[in-house]
Amino acid sequence: MFSFILRKLATVIPTFIGITLVAFALIRMIPGDPIEVMVGERRLDPEMHAAAMQRLGLDQPLHVQYFTYLGKLAEGDLGISLVTREPVTKEFLTLFPATVELAICALIFAVLFGLPAGMIAGLKRGSVFDHGVMGAAMTGYSMPIFWWGLILIMFFSVSLGLTPVSGRIAIEYDIPVKTGFLLIDSYLSGEEGAFKSAFMHLILPTIVLGTIPLAVIARMTRSSMLEVLREDYIRTARAKGLAPTRVVVVHALRNALIPVITVIGLQTGALLAGAVLTETIFSWPGIGKWLVDSISRRDYPVVQAGILVSATIFIVVNLVVDILYGVVNPRIRSHK
Amino acid sequence: MTTPVQTVEAVPSFPSPLKEFWQSFSANKGAVVALFIFLFILFCALFAGVIAPHSPIEQYRDHMLTPPAWAEGGSTQFLFGTDELGRDILSRLIHGAQVSLMIAFMSVVMSMIPGVVLGLMAAFFQRYLSPVIMRLMDIMLALPSLLLAICIITILGPGLINTMIAIAIGTLPSYVRLTRAAAMAEINKEYVTASRVAGASTLRLMFVTVLPNCMAPLIVNATLGFSSAVLEAAALGFLGLGVQPPTPEWGTMLSAARDYIERAPWVVTMPGVTILISVLAINLMGDGLRDALDPRLKRAA
Repeated sequence: MFSFILRKLATVIPTFIGITLVAFALIRMIPGDPIEVMVGERRLDPEMHAAAMQRLGLDQPLHVQYFTYLGKLAEGDLGISLVTREPVTKEFLTLFPATVELAICALIFAVLFGLPAGMIAGLKRGSVFDHGVMGAAMTGYSMPIFWWGLILIMFFSVSLGLTPVSGRIAIEYDIPVKTGFLLIDSYLSGEEGAFKSAFMHLILPTIVLGTIPLAVIARMTRSSMLEVLREDYIRTARAKGLAPTRVVVVHALRNALIPVITVIGLQTGALLAGAVLTETIFSWPGIGKWLVDSISRRDYPVVQAGILVSATIFIVVNLVVDILYGVVNPRIRSHK
Repeated sequence: MTTPVQTVEAVPSFPSPLKEFWQSFSANKGAVVALFIFLFILFCALFAGVIAPHSPIEQYRDHMLTPPAWAEGGSTQFLFGTDELGRDILSRLIHGAQVSLMIAFMSVVMSMIPGVVLGLMAAFFQRYLSPVIMRLMDIMLALPSLLLAICIITILGPGLINTMIAIAIGTLPSYVRLTRAAAMAEINKEYVTASRVAGASTLRLMFVTVLPNCMAPLIVNATLGFSSAVLEAAALGFLGLGVQPPTPEWGTMLSAARDYIERAPWVVTMPGVTILISVLAINLMGDGLRDALDPRLKRAA
């Protein structure tokens, strides 16, 4: 088991090095002089230009610059934002919990509805319910989620006035930050209505971000269920007279869940990409919106950090899923 | 396996590959309906200049935010209403189909061709080239495609061509991996060995002998790539990183419409419904294609 984890880790290292190279190259590949790009409209005399080059280490040979960059990364230093003059790491740490909170809620929403829907559709293959679920899943899978968000806002917030339009919590609440997760923080603060406000703010973004994972999970659960139900051990279980629910829950579901777990892990990518869109629509102060805002503000250190961080999250989650898969399914462990 | 794109002389007692393909494709009713919807959108895109009632960029200043024809206050002059600048939404959607389908088509071509070449190279030169190519693809896969596209747009700047390039690069790894896997399954089969022994060059083996037998999964992947390219182009447009105004692009139309959500819901509804229907149609078609081309995948929904 230990060597399996080590081997998995070893395959990730070159990818991670590649990602740091991409992030490093990003700033240097933007056409034009980096200093001029950073300064923008303002004029710059040659001396100040040279001084800035030296301060940022841009006068060094590329490989030296790269190793300096790696060294700083190892210390957790992601550079300084050009706009706010704050360390990027600090900004990131305040925004990251917002994205994680949203992503976790979206995933819970997707699993909560996708798993039972897919399961029942698989069990009642060909029924109206099955067709309905599969049609809905296909629609969800094809959904432009940025539009879906606007439609939900239009219906629930503007027409019915049920949910707030944007942000994480109503402005009158000043919640002390403990975990960064507003649902938990607002609950701990004990302030009346704060938890409800945080919860109401979460509903629409959660639905929007969870839609595609929900569709994928429902489809995957259904097909996995169909596959498992054909297996000999299901026939055996039925033949020896077990109750149908026991066959489904104990024998079929447990085996059907294995591929579904992998798919849930793979949804991290969809969640990260979806977070960029969802956060933009709902003005959700997370890393997705931060990334998009930074691009329009030409705040390149932030873009660089955002790309690096998202890729790292994606790599780590997939690594964990790979390892979990090995834990669940011993055949994978010994295979390669 | 047969390649349905070729029209081979029908052998007596066997249905032609094309007919066989149509038989299994048309068994999927949803896919047939989707095909007709897609053909309709394609028709709109091809003849946008002829069928669009107005110019997509003409601003009718007297008719700003006119509701659609069926709503109160609408007129048949602007069937789907007008936007905040008084431009006819229907015409913009029809011309937008042109932009979206062109981006999708070009990005599929631009990622499929290098992807197939790289994948074949990885399969044929397993000792030296394969590790290099596959590691590179792993790095590209480490970024979700929308983020990779954003990254590329940051470097290249927004625009029509750059949107195509960004989407194409994002989908490249899937073609490389698929081609490599399919080619490696074929490469040790007898017909390849026979042709090698007969003196066929490596290039001939790659593109003439092996490639045609790897086409089925590639075609299915291209269809899915087509629908995700439409979605991604719209997403980039929505974020302001895609095709720039005044070019009528579905996503860009939505991003401008956000401010009018209360006053003019149709400005938001129409482009979104168009995107959804197009993507849904292409995806359903992809399902049908997969069932027809790749019977082995039939079971995996």
